[in-house]
Amino acid sequence: MNQAIQQRDGYSQLAMDLLAKAKRDGATEADIIIADGETFSVQVRLGAVDRLTKAREKHLGLRVFVGKRSASTSTSDFSADSLNQLVAETCILAKAVVGDPVSGLPAADQMAGERPDLDLYDSTRLNTEQQIDLAKRVEAAAMSSDERVTNSEGGDFDSSSGRVVLGNSHGFLGEYQSSSFSMAASPVATDPETGAMQRDSWYAVQRKFAKLDSPEAVGLEAARRTVRKLGARKVATQRAPVIFDAEMAGSLMGNLCSAVSGYSLYKGASFLAGQLDKPLAPEYVTVYDDGRVVGGLGSRPFDGEGLPTRRTTVVERGVLKSYLLDTYSGRKLGMASTGNASRSVGENPSVGPTNFYLAPGTKTAQEIIKTVKQGLYVTDLIGFGINMVTGDYSRGAAGFWIEGGELAYPVEEITIAGNLKEMFAGIEMIGNDLVFRGRIASPTIKIGEMTIAGS
Amino acid sequence: MGELIQLASFGLTEGDVFSALGRVKVRDVDYADLYFESCVSESVSMEESLVKRATKNVSQGVGVRATAGEKTGFAYSDELTKKDLELAADTARYIANSPSGAQAVSVPVRQRPTRDLYPVERAQAEVATADRVSLLNAIDAEARRYDPRIKNVMASFNTEYKVVVVATSDGTLIGDVQPLSRLQVTCIAEENGQRQAGSFGGGGRVGFEFYHEGDRHLRFAREAAREAILNLSAVDAPAGVMPVVLGGGWPGILLHEAIGHGLEADFNRKKTSAFSNLLGKRVASDICTIVDDGTLPGRRGSLNMDDEGTPTGRTVLIEDGILRGYITDKLNARLMGIPLTGNGRRESYQSVVLPRMTNTFMLAGTSDPEEIIRSVDRGLYAVSFGGGQVDITNGKFVFSASEAYLIEGGKVTRPVKGATLIGSGPEILTKVSMVGHDLKLDEGIGTCGKDGQSVPVGVGLPTIRIDEITVGGTQR
Repeated sequence: MNQAIQQRDGYSQLAMDLLAKAKRDGATEADIIIADGETFSVQVRLGAVDRLTKAREKHLGLRVFVGKRSASTSTSDFSADSLNQLVAETCILAKAVVGDPVSGLPAADQMAGERPDLDLYDSTRLNTEQQIDLAKRVEAAAMSSDERVTNSEGGDFDSSSGRVVLGNSHGFLGEYQSSSFSMAASPVATDPETGAMQRDSWYAVQRKFAKLDSPEAVGLEAARRTVRKLGARKVATQRAPVIFDAEMAGSLMGNLCSAVSGYSLYKGASFLAGQLDKPLAPEYVTVYDDGRVVGGLGSRPFDGEGLPTRRTTVVERGVLKSYLLDTYSGRKLGMASTGNASRSVGENPSVGPTNFYLAPGTKTAQEIIKTVKQGLYVTDLIGFGINMVTGDYSRGAAGFWIEGGELAYPVEEITIAGNLKEMFAGIEMIGNDLVFRGRIASPTIKIGEMTIAGS
Repeated sequence: MGELIQLASFGLTEGDVFSALGRVKVRDVDYADLYFESCVSESVSMEESLVKRATKNVSQGVGVRATAGEKTGFAYSDELTKKDLELAADTARYIANSPSGAQAVSVPVRQRPTRDLYPVERAQAEVATADRVSLLNAIDAEARRYDPRIKNVMASFNTEYKVVVVATSDGTLIGDVQPLSRLQVTCIAEENGQRQAGSFGGGGRVGFEFYHEGDRHLRFAREAAREAILNLSAVDAPAGVMPVVLGGGWPGILLHEAIGHGLEADFNRKKTSAFSNLLGKRVASDICTIVDDGTLPGRRGSLNMDDEGTPTGRTVLIEDGILRGYITDKLNARLMGIPLTGNGRRESYQSVVLPRMTNTFMLAGTSDPEEIIRSVDRGLYAVSFGGGQVDITNGKFVFSASEAYLIEGGKVTRPVKGATLIGSGPEILTKVSMVGHDLKLDEGIGTCGKDGQSVPVGVGLPTIRIDEITVGGTQR
């Protein structure tokens, strides 16, 4: 504990020292991020440990400005010589590129003042045996619930904890700790008649160990999702309503999130460029990005530039109300940052979501399925067939064919296609089943009509 | 290039390495290895005609691994002191259930790779930032000159310089220096309020001069601009099952997704691949022969040795339509009792070794490419693709066209918007009815993801005709 505190204070001091050194080497402004952490990961397969990984890691990222010119560097070597050399090299590198009129740190008076405790850290420490046992339990639950589950890609348990120290030449110095615990099961089921195999998986992830679902519940759900895919077939090419289950609807929110990123917008590389304050979807569609959800997987007290995080209404009653911006992309668009700077060590800041979600409706997934006579319920999407410049959308899909309001049979080897703009405008119903399993989440969504390509 | 060990650059002696290896190779451990890596990656990027971003990342560390039966114990550290090595060794051997009983390891023989597929020395690292900046500026000018409808040009030049040393309990101590670089161009075209993008890029384990040979960088710029302009006039893609002609080169991503992943040994050992138990069986028409070859000079997917120190090779995956082999790493080759192919790869010292592809391509056939197009009455001609993905277990794969045309009455007619193609891996190649004589390898842009690890790969294909595949457009 004492050692931990000492090291933490050490990183703050290190950050200040390197910022001062950058100034001496010719930087007019600079910021620095130091991240370190521990990870543990175990995968069991068919009841025995398959892979066990344990590590500590640390990384330091530096960004300097020489006037309007800028460069970013990073290293995992924290020796004094290496760090001094890094600072000097970064300043030289910055002088080699062209000045950009809007580059620079956020204004000094914008930096995060109050730093709320968002309860992102859990000090629970599990020993190796406990974690192996959890991985075994999640896999065992998946393997034992149905005799058609014949094989396994494994049961996983992962835990990690770490901290981030961010400082800049305005004198800002912030720090937070976070942790994460997750488990997953990936069973394989075999069709007893044809021998055809299907796999699927299910998972749980939380910042607090105590909040994780039980391994038995996760394993059971993984088995249910896998076995129900057996006997999947193609359907005929047609236009029909498409329901995205909550997980897949989350991927549509991911697409929306990319389209409202300031960097895509100022480059003209998003189909939502110039659409601010225009209708995007029906009036029952509201989308938030909220960086201050207590215990949220995407929460943080300040963003990758040290600006306060906040709740942003991205879509309000169907109207696109805000983009997601950091300082640079905001300035390019003549707008203020929304506190969405995302900083992976060694990269320039970019824009990323915090907790990005579609506000839930009132219907259960079952009630939504009931409204479809003939259509598709999508539970899997594969591939990258999305053109963010035009919104054109074409992805591989699998799921269930709906007949008369009921899931009739599993389908696979089909594609669904449309255009994201038309898809958002075509949202007909929103489920009440919003659950966060990552930074981006959505309840079930029904879209009026898309093209399904099959046989 | 293949160099004789660079342990000193990690501040270590052979004694330190042997001692750590001995500590991890306890009695019940079948195999252990240490992978030392130091990597410097640099990037400059341009947009709005300004080269305004430059980055440089330095990482260094060691991965320590022990395998016992099917179990793998793994630890990594970004500190390289003797103490950190010992700590990592203790963690890695945890899976062996034998906390002590250190065993003598055969003293590794210092080796250097027998091949030198990328003799570029330190060239890239020493190229002045100013030269990279002018490369990007020239690209911007060329793309804008191509057509006034090009409104924005984004280009980036990335280089990586990796030094690795592998020490194994089966007696190898070997090092390699692995340069890699890539130039990527994206253009945005605009006309009547419509916008479209086009991308092109390439690279390999090559020196900086590669990008200037025959003004390659300017060709990349023109290709990206051409695709963006072309897509401005693209019509909606068709939906449904139809014949598809794939152009040569990058469309080889079909092979990577449809069969390559399914032939990685780990999935077959676990019997979770749609290709499990198909060895010796027909999985393609008899005009298809497909290989994975890590020994092509300068290629993005090539390596002098894999990340377990095994020399890379050329593995025949499918010969005249018959499934002949899997690609393997040491663990899976040993457990399955099949040949070691030199395909054990890892993203970095922080990741475990997995069997991965290198450069995967189909050998040339005998058909004239134009004759292949003429043979199709109504279908799609796809010449460039974005990414792809596969579900190993049910074999369903997708890949998404970014430049494609309708074929009508044996002629290439209108460009169509991007569409995803979906098929079944074990079936799709049985529908290949013509293979062109024009084998082309891709330009060197591929990155393959598996288990969260990215590694550079190559693909290649001659022009081929697939009699039927589902095209995921919007038009009936």
